Amino acid sequence: MQERYITCILCPQGCNLKVQIDDGKIVSVKNNGCEKGPGYANDEVFHPTRVLTTTVRIRKAKLPLLPVRTQKPIPKGKIFEAMKVLAGIEVEAPVTVGQVIYSNILNTGVDVIATRNMN
Amino acid sequence: MIGGGPAGLGAAVEAKKLGIDDVLILERDRELGGILNQCIHNGFGLQEFNEELTGPEYADRFIKQVKELGIEYKLDTMVLDITPDRKITAVNSHDGLIEIEAGAVILAMGCRERPRGAINIPGSRPAGIFTAGTAQRFANMEGYLPGKEVVILGSGDIGLIMARRFTLEGAKVKAVCEIMPYSSGLKRNIVQCLDDFGIPLLLRHTVVRIHGKDRVEGVTIAEVDDKKEPIPGTEKYIPCDTLLLSVGLIPENELSKKAGVILDKNTGGAYVWDDRETTTPGIFACGNVLQVHDLVDNVTDESRIAAQGAVRFLKEGEKTEPQPININPGDGVRYVVPQRVKKSRVEGAFKMFLRVTDVYENAKLVVDSDKGRLFAINKRRLSPGEMEYINVTQRLLNRFPDIREITIKVERG
Ligand SMILES: Cc1cc2nc3c(=O)[nH]c(=O)nc-3n(C[C@H](O)[C@H](O)[C@H](O)COP(=O)(O)OP(=O)(O)OC[C@H]3O[C@@H](n4cnc5c(N)ncnc54)[C@H](O)[C@@H]3O)c2cc1C
Ligand code: SF4
Repeated sequence: MQERYITCILCPQGCNLKVQIDDGKIVSVKNNGCEKGPGYANDEVFHPTRVLTTTVRIRKAKLPLLPVRTQKPIPKGKIFEAMKVLAGIEVEAPVTVGQVIYSNILNTGVDVIATRNMN
Repeated sequence: MIGGGPAGLGAAVEAKKLGIDDVLILERDRELGGILNQCIHNGFGLQEFNEELTGPEYADRFIKQVKELGIEYKLDTMVLDITPDRKITAVNSHDGLIEIEAGAVILAMGCRERPRGAINIPGSRPAGIFTAGTAQRFANMEGYLPGKEVVILGSGDIGLIMARRFTLEGAKVKAVCEIMPYSSGLKRNIVQCLDDFGIPLLLRHTVVRIHGKDRVEGVTIAEVDDKKEPIPGTEKYIPCDTLLLSVGLIPENELSKKAGVILDKNTGGAYVWDDRETTTPGIFACGNVLQVHDLVDNVTDESRIAAQGAVRFLKEGEKTEPQPININPGDGVRYVVPQRVKKSRVEGAFKMFLRVTDVYENAKLVVDSDKGRLFAINKRRLSPGEMEYINVTQRLLNRFPDIREITIKVERG
């Protein structure tokens, strides 16, 4: 039996989850403030993911950068690789919030979308 | 609305929805949205929209409503003066000097970062020292990463967020030094911005010297004792080209003072009633200009309260409250907003926002009055970095007819 503490990052509450792992399985999660805690603990132990937020270069806009994010969380281990891919991207204004800037990044099935309008 | 960040936007939308036709937002920047435009990370809007948005997306939801409702706004417009009888002077390159007589004013100017001067680090004054928010604007909007090897002083949320941002962009963040024994940032930010990347958070540490002549070449850090004095012999040199300061935010209240608004020294913001009316009748305040919020959702919440108060003022004019209640911070509580309540006007309930002075485990927040204890709430953990909210219902208040004072304190154990 292994015991781990994991801070849930799904909301600002930041519950300090007490997770017990036995034989490669989570057997109990405690201290969760809501029902989302156990699911987060499972993800974090077996396949941690994060939403990536960053910028890509944009032409013909007031600013040189367009903020973007992955529409859903992607595997944590792929964050730096995804940064590299996005560093090579340049888009052109106009762009609207929610527009797909790069689809299926690193074959994760997740799109990268614009997070603001840029004219 | 003075300021077009989330506070000004939320208040404008609410006032318009409550039937006020003539709503105007004055914003000094080239666009609406305030500080949210540079906060490209996610973590906004869980309460308000039940989804996790980035700052610009959150702002966009309100900007859309402002446009749909036909609310007027002026950009690149700096408000210079507000008088106690609500005459506003502003300037922009388009209209020149503008004078506006407002029926009600909502202050929503946000806050600014504490500059380096305020924390007095000895050493030279080389290039490469930035406040975290300035670095954030450079990195996320202007397209310029201000350094390659970074030390961050202060563990406020902006510093934490910028530690991750620099790391993702290929810079090396060597340490985050926090003089207090706890971080003032949200726990989730410590996890996803520092722990995820193995960036050390050095509690009870500060920067005692900055090295370098033209550009920062390194900093000396040291451990501090209980009085926050550096402990001799604990000094350590860290080479770096950039020092980021994330040492706190101060509400931006120069204008408020001109309007005769009295400030609370504990919050740095106006002293307000529960409807967010300041000590100057007809002038209201909400958002970071009133108290530094961790979460934009609470800013929006507060902006609605202020707008409702302002709309009532427009409809009913100035009224003296027959049953005022003062709210006081007691032991272990740094501040409470609002500082007083118009008891005769409370509908349903009112909400108190507060911050504690220290970290407490398994403690109680106790709400006392001059007529007896109102209630107490058990708290697993209280931290100065995380704002607490308490609702007080009208029903409860009615049980204590002559109540004049409320005090909130922390009780251990
Ligand atoms: C770096 C950072 C990270 C954050 N992260 C999160 C997070 O993850 N989740 C979350 O929920 N919240 C977060 N917050 C908190 C939240 O974003 C803020 O509390 C909120 O944006 C404050 O809104 P505001 O409208 O009061 O102030 P602001 O957004 O600062 O807006 C004030 C506006 O007033 C204008 N103004 C000021 N003076 C004048 C004048 N004289 N004339 C005309 N205009 C004027 C300014 O230009 C500005 O646009 C973060 C804040 C910061 C700074
Ligand atoms: S367990 Fe629920 S309440 Fe606690 S941090 Fe996670 S999402 Fe928030």
